[in-house]
Amino acid sequence: MLVDRINRGLRLVPPWALYIVGAAWAAWLFYLGATGGLGVEPIEALEHEYGEIALQLVILGLVVTPLRQIAGINAFKFRRAIGVVAFFYVLAHFLVWALLDVQSLSRVWADIVDRPYITIGMAGFALLIPLAVTSNNLSVRRMGAAAWRKLHKLVYPAALLGAVHYVWLAKGFQLEPMIYLAVVLGLLALRLPVIRTRLAS
Amino acid sequence: MYLNRRQIMAGSGALLGAGLIGGQAQAQDLEPNTWEEITNYNNFYEFGTGKDDPAAHAHMMTTEPWEIVVDGLVDNPGTYSFAEIMEGMTVEERIYRLRCVEAWSMVVPWNGFELADLLEGVGVQDGAQYVAFETLNRPEEMPGLRFPVLEWPYREGLRLDEAMHPLTIMATGLYGEPMPNQNGAPIRLVVPWKYGFKSIKSIVRITLTADQPLASWNMAQPREYGFYSNVNPNVDHPRWSQATERRIGGGLFASRQDTLMFNGYEDEVASLYEGMDLSEFF
Repeated sequence: MLVDRINRGLRLVPPWALYIVGAAWAAWLFYLGATGGLGVEPIEALEHEYGEIALQLVILGLVVTPLRQIAGINAFKFRRAIGVVAFFYVLAHFLVWALLDVQSLSRVWADIVDRPYITIGMAGFALLIPLAVTSNNLSVRRMGAAAWRKLHKLVYPAALLGAVHYVWLAKGFQLEPMIYLAVVLGLLALRLPVIRTRLAS
Repeated sequence: MYLNRRQIMAGSGALLGAGLIGGQAQAQDLEPNTWEEITNYNNFYEFGTGKDDPAAHAHMMTTEPWEIVVDGLVDNPGTYSFAEIMEGMTVEERIYRLRCVEAWSMVVPWNGFELADLLEGVGVQDGAQYVAFETLNRPEEMPGLRFPVLEWPYREGLRLDEAMHPLTIMATGLYGEPMPNQNGAPIRLVVPWKYGFKSIKSIVRITLTADQPLASWNMAQPREYGFYSNVNPNVDHPRWSQATERRIGGGLFASRQDTLMFNGYEDEVASLYEGMDLSEFF
């Protein structure tokens, strides 16, 4: 009953609404940062906001399949929009870090090479680039559905790298990044063949 | 009582010394950060790990009455009230740079007295080589203590000569106001040439020891946070560069600025570390 109602409600929402909301929210955060609304250190605040939203969206994208398997809720039509918006938040996170925080190309490069948590963050970002580029119907047709699906499994290592990146940059032993990592690991575990067949039966 | 070295010295010499240091600080033309910036952007993990957590939660901390246990290798050990500690201390304004290990910085107009005065009052015994400090550990007033981010209570320490250095103060206020809770009320250490986490807040214990004391961040991640933790642009933190810093208050498009050796206090403190390899004793 409830599931039917949720599914009916989801059918009413067009996927492009996610692009609008995602872009508006990113712009709003930037405006807040520029006008003192993110506190006295807006660069770090904006960097963290974009990064955390990106991780949340990647997780949301990983929820779509188990949501249908376990709860029967069908949100597949949003999956592309979730992924593309997630990618743009990762890009925004990277740009704030490189342009506003580090402020020098040589230091950006040095950080990527020298600092493991930045190296893996960049690796996760790099894995998402081919996914963002092929997030269109033309690419699916050209590549063939099977190859396309295989390519887009790169989101699994990307999600893991993003979560580890967050755990690694925290000072001391902090709870929040650990929770994100646990959620990502749980969602990836649902993809293990042994568990998948159990869910399907 | 007995913490009255300043009075014995009739104030003149002591004030002259303070004047010299104050003069140097003023000569560097430091423009203090605003009250709002200094009191809303803090690391005080006992209240949470977010920068705004201390301002949001530190009001829960009871700072009156306040007692400090002074023990270890001292002539006058005991539990002193805040008022007893303050007796005979000359409180002055010290405008200091504050450089956090996270590569951001501020300029803070502290009010405080030299730690050396307090130590002379309690009588440091021969054989004492270090001073250890502890922060209040009261879970019902400090919500951050529920999480083992660090091993509580927060601990820090200085070598005795660092502790006796005239730049090292016990701060009890800022901008002429009593110390706000989130900044380490009612009394905290300020060691301006070291990364901020060395300047331990809300102190309840001071112990003179023969051996190097435990320091919380050093215990948690010894490779990342050394016992000395002197500000040094040439020795990077393993996870980020320490060559530059961002001054709080510049907004979204603020430029980074170069970090100064010993946070700009090189002339005053470099002699403390003569002959030490600062990348080994970081």
